[in-house]
Amino acid sequence: MARVASALFSRLVIIIPYAWLLFFFLIPFFIVFRISLSQTAVAMPPYTPVFDLLGGVSGIIEKAREFSFDNYVWLTEDVLYFNAYVSSVMIAAVSTFLTLLIAYPVAYGMAKAPKTIRPTLLMLVILPFWTSFLIRVYAWIAILKPEGLLNQFLLSIGVIGQPLIILNTNWAIYIGIVYSYLPFMVLPIYSSLEKMDHTLTEAALDLGCTPFSAFWRVTFPLSLAGVVAGCLLVFIPAVGEFVIPDLLGGSETLMIGKTLWNEFNANRDWPVSSAVATILLLILVLPIVYFQNAQAKADGEGR
Amino acid sequence: MKSLGSIRRSFAPWADPASKPFISVKNVTKKFGDFIAVDDLSLDIYPREFFALLGASGCGKSTLLRMLAGFEQPTSGEIILDGQSLAGIPPYRRPVNMMFQSYALFPHMTVENNIAFGLKQDGMPKADIAARVAQMLKLVKLEKFSQRKPHQLSGGQRQRVALARSLAKRPKVLLLDEPLGALDKKLREETQFELMDLQQELGLTFVVVTHDQEEAMTMADRIAVMSHGKVIQVATPAEIYEAPNSRFVADFIGDVNIFEGAVAGAEGGYVRLEGINGFPIRMASPETPATGVKSAVAVRPEKIRVGRQPPAHAPVNAIQGEIWDIGYLGDMTVFHVRLKDGRVIKASSLNAVRAVEDPLGYDQEVWISFGEDAGVVLKD
Ligand SMILES: Nc1ncnc2c1ncn2[C@@H]1O[C@H](COP(=O)(O)OP(=O)(O)OP(=O)(O)O)[C@@H](O)[C@H]1O
Ligand SMILES: [Mg+2]
Repeated sequence: MARVASALFSRLVIIIPYAWLLFFFLIPFFIVFRISLSQTAVAMPPYTPVFDLLGGVSGIIEKAREFSFDNYVWLTEDVLYFNAYVSSVMIAAVSTFLTLLIAYPVAYGMAKAPKTIRPTLLMLVILPFWTSFLIRVYAWIAILKPEGLLNQFLLSIGVIGQPLIILNTNWAIYIGIVYSYLPFMVLPIYSSLEKMDHTLTEAALDLGCTPFSAFWRVTFPLSLAGVVAGCLLVFIPAVGEFVIPDLLGGSETLMIGKTLWNEFNANRDWPVSSAVATILLLILVLPIVYFQNAQAKADGEGR
Repeated sequence: MKSLGSIRRSFAPWADPASKPFISVKNVTKKFGDFIAVDDLSLDIYPREFFALLGASGCGKSTLLRMLAGFEQPTSGEIILDGQSLAGIPPYRRPVNMMFQSYALFPHMTVENNIAFGLKQDGMPKADIAARVAQMLKLVKLEKFSQRKPHQLSGGQRQRVALARSLAKRPKVLLLDEPLGALDKKLREETQFELMDLQQELGLTFVVVTHDQEEAMTMADRIAVMSHGKVIQVATPAEIYEAPNSRFVADFIGDVNIFEGAVAGAEGGYVRLEGINGFPIRMASPETPATGVKSAVAVRPEKIRVGRQPPAHAPVNAIQGEIWDIGYLGDMTVFHVRLKDGRVIKASSLNAVRAVEDPLGYDQEVWISFGEDAGVVLKD
């Protein structure tokens, strides 16, 4: 009896993540994908119906005949969408790289800190999450605007004669993304550095490495799994980021999140915005698959 | 060709005042906060010596080794290697390599790359590296495993990789921290002899840390017995065993019987002791302690005879008791003999003949006895 119950329990435990994926990812995605195959209409919801249970099987087949890839064709005809995708990926890539440059030394310092203060440092990294994301991004407007805190400070110490124009440029977006996503990069790198055996570094020193070359030949390669995880955790949401480019970026900044928002709200073109979202997902699936492969490989190494 | 044994027997640079030590540890103290891990320790290690640091867990063996490797700096004192002070010299500039207790193999590199690691760092030409790695792989019999990663190896194979990696750079000194700790008994014994051969072949100086006394006795030219950060005795295995300089060393190495008493007199290289229960002891001793001083005599079990009849020299160095326990070990038999005062003495005898007529049995009244040069008079 107990054995049956425990077998059932272990089944359930396996089912839960799949059920989660099914209900909160696959089904919504399927709905979005279906909408992307329909046409706009002056109706509520604003697209031609794509699914009609009342019509029975023949009704479904009939509706399926009306499906068209016109919206995808439309995306290829207007260069705006292509540019938005490219620019989103570029901005996300640059931001991810900058985040890595800042996060790695932070994580390294945390991992090398005395054991007793590590929990405190970890706490400090997570601390910004206690304030609303939106408020923190708004705060950056106050810092970056021409008469903002940063310019006031730089002017007062005489480093610059003219206020820097940062707000409403790509630099403001980089700053916003790096700031907002830093913990997602720090934490996986920290965890891979923290569990690393320090005698490996000693062995490298013993075999003739300076501390610098010991880092590049041993420590860094062994933290790559953390680096890859951190980069994907930053890159993937950054590609589709909407709030940061909308608040900090300029009117000429093209990002796919903003394009999507415009199609959906301003143009009320749900089918086209669904197509935009579907393509975005395809762009992101590639790094996710790569990430999973890298993880599987790292697990295979028994680390 | 001379046998390994004959080379080793004639090797005794420490007895030669003209020979210069290769490593000199001079009054080295290492403190961690208030805790003294190594306490005013001095040692000389000679070129080509196989030197063992032996002691209980936590006595400071690894700390001393880590100071030799350069991972810890002495709080005070100095370490001299080949005439040069090591103070302030980082690990990567010392002609010393270490084999780590945990092996510390690089998990992201193949066996081959692990062994080549130090050579690449030194910028050795590629062809030379390949040759050296092949030679090392052959030495540790791992030619077939060169492309494996450490996690694909058994414990014994990893230990060999660690050894090959630390030998690849041909260090002047190889430090080994419990090199055989993870191996089973049989592999351990085999590897001990391999290590000894290797050390002879390459002409290196080995400093090996162990807490296994048998291992130290087998491998080392000399052993330093450590306790609480101090060296208690440095001597050859035979000297340590036969002539321990203190009760601690006598107790630490092998089994021993301690007979306590007060010095009653001394003459002609012999000390007379009035043992407890009026049991008189006469024992050879190079030193003559003052009369009345409390002292003790240590006698190894194999040097104690057990018999039904009192020996000719009784009652000196002989006392009556009854057999309390018999342990038959195949090659020898261990007797536990209980004296009148309740103390139990251990005696062992080799079973040189297959079966003895009328063997000693339980609860029999027996005499235990020992010769006048069977034990050592301990100072403390
Ligand atoms: N970094 C350190 N900080 C504080 N105490 C230390 C440190 N390293 C070692 N010690 C202490 O110094 C003492 C000696 O340690 P060491 O590692 O040299 O022992 P050991 O003789 O090698 O023991 P074992 O046989 O268990 O390996 C121990 O009591 C240990 O707790
Ligand atoms: Mg140790």
